[in-house]
Amino acid sequence: MEYKLTSKAYYEGLKQNKLLGLKCRACGAVAVPPAMLCRQCSASELDIVELKGKGTIRTFTTVFVAAEGRESEVPYVIVLVELDEGPWLMGNLEGVDPKTASMNLIGNKVKMGHKVFSGDKYSAGEGVSPLFRLVV
Amino acid sequence: MKKVAVVGVGSTKFSGPQEKTEIELFAEAATDAIVESGLKPGDIKALFIGNALGDFDEGQGMLQAYAAENIGCRHVPANRYEGACASASMAIRDAFIWVASGYYDIVVAGGVERAAAMGTGLATRTFAMFSDARYEYPAGVTFPAVFAMLAHLYADKYRIPLPKLREQMARVSIQSYNHGSVNPKAQFFGKNAGMPVEKVLGSFVVCAPLTLHDCCPFSDGAAAVVLASDAIAKKLTNKPVYITGVGQASSGPLITQGDFLPRIRAREISAKQAYDMAGLKPADIDLCELHDCFSIASLIATEGLGFFDFGKAGEAWEKEQADIGGKVAINPSGGLKSKGHPIGATGAGQVYEIVRQLREEVEPERQVPGARIGMTDTLGGDGATLVNMVFQRGW
Repeated sequence: MEYKLTSKAYYEGLKQNKLLGLKCRACGAVAVPPAMLCRQCSASELDIVELKGKGTIRTFTTVFVAAEGRESEVPYVIVLVELDEGPWLMGNLEGVDPKTASMNLIGNKVKMGHKVFSGDKYSAGEGVSPLFRLVV
Repeated sequence: MKKVAVVGVGSTKFSGPQEKTEIELFAEAATDAIVESGLKPGDIKALFIGNALGDFDEGQGMLQAYAAENIGCRHVPANRYEGACASASMAIRDAFIWVASGYYDIVVAGGVERAAAMGTGLATRTFAMFSDARYEYPAGVTFPAVFAMLAHLYADKYRIPLPKLREQMARVSIQSYNHGSVNPKAQFFGKNAGMPVEKVLGSFVVCAPLTLHDCCPFSDGAAAVVLASDAIAKKLTNKPVYITGVGQASSGPLITQGDFLPRIRAREISAKQAYDMAGLKPADIDLCELHDCFSIASLIATEGLGFFDFGKAGEAWEKEQADIGGKVAINPSGGLKSKGHPIGATGAGQVYEIVRQLREEVEPERQVPGARIGMTDTLGGDGATLVNMVFQRGW
């Protein structure tokens, strides 16, 4: 069976600030990031849908020690966001000083853009991740 | 299913960067285990080795076959297990299953890693390979970042003010330092005892809120055990340590675990398997070597294993209920925090400690008095692989 929504296609969506997911015809659940089968009921009939790209910050950290090749990025904020449609995503947060990021971030509403990670010798090409901004 | 016993254990000292190769380190640990068991290399029917990053550590793949040849277990089936930090526990659990099935009667299992030899930059990069490479790593996630996010989530979910939680986390590190300081096999042997809370809280921030002293070190080392069927074990030793319960479970990437966090679902499934197989409950466990890669990880683990109520583990450390003499002795070896975390070997190091505790062979300052039942808990990646095992005295 062919993979319905590959990371390449998902990335291409993100680059246009479109968040793509898979909606299950059987139970209606939305899978983000993509999977072969519905994460709720394991059905295989899935349709590619565009999500709103809005959600709520559930947790965060500020990274001060980076992996090899990403030293110039620190400090930066990573957030886990619960999307309005249910699934959780990992991304970065812009518009907030990483050094003063605090527990007050949790529960805030955010809207998604995107950021390109140019890749390194291990990553088989570039990566694209959500870049969130607080909704004021 | 046959009863399976641990009949020999061996471990190198866990340490910072080593000059010995992974094959050399594993050979030392495995040979110690085989010699202790009274068996010969030619008696071993199979060799299972946990090794997460040998390819990056030192440019060595497929070390299991070369290690088998090196230690005189010539031409036996040799398998490598890669489950990030749970690799060696996967190897030992599988060895248990093969011996329990009767297919093999004697198997050596363990693990080895030279994570420290990579240096912080490459080690941080390669450890991040255990997050999702497509959907998490582009955001710059690192291993401490994952547990830093779990710490904030834990504080929010259980409504514990962050300064209070950080102090509880510091007490986890301090207890581990104290035990590791009197364990000659520990990376921080002779160091860090009696560290004040303020020093833990005041060390440099790796990923907020985790400071250096909330994080385990990068480590090199190896550990191995010999497993044998009950019939063979009884001929070899009057102190067989039986593996009476095992469990293993998996989950998807961290983001797919969202609604269950900060609890780790794979742990709760795996631990239940181990408890059910052993016919035991959390209150029966005398000591547990658990996966304290970060201080917050100990709180989450003891709750998932059923030792303390959710959100209450920090109070248990405050009341010394997680220490020797408390409700359950957690990490009397010093744990990953102080004994060290050579990731492919870590689970085998935990088993080494539990077996020696049950035999009452460890240093008196960290011996759990009268320990009869011990447990291991090993976590790989962002909670995506979990292995639990229960060990009991056979005398």
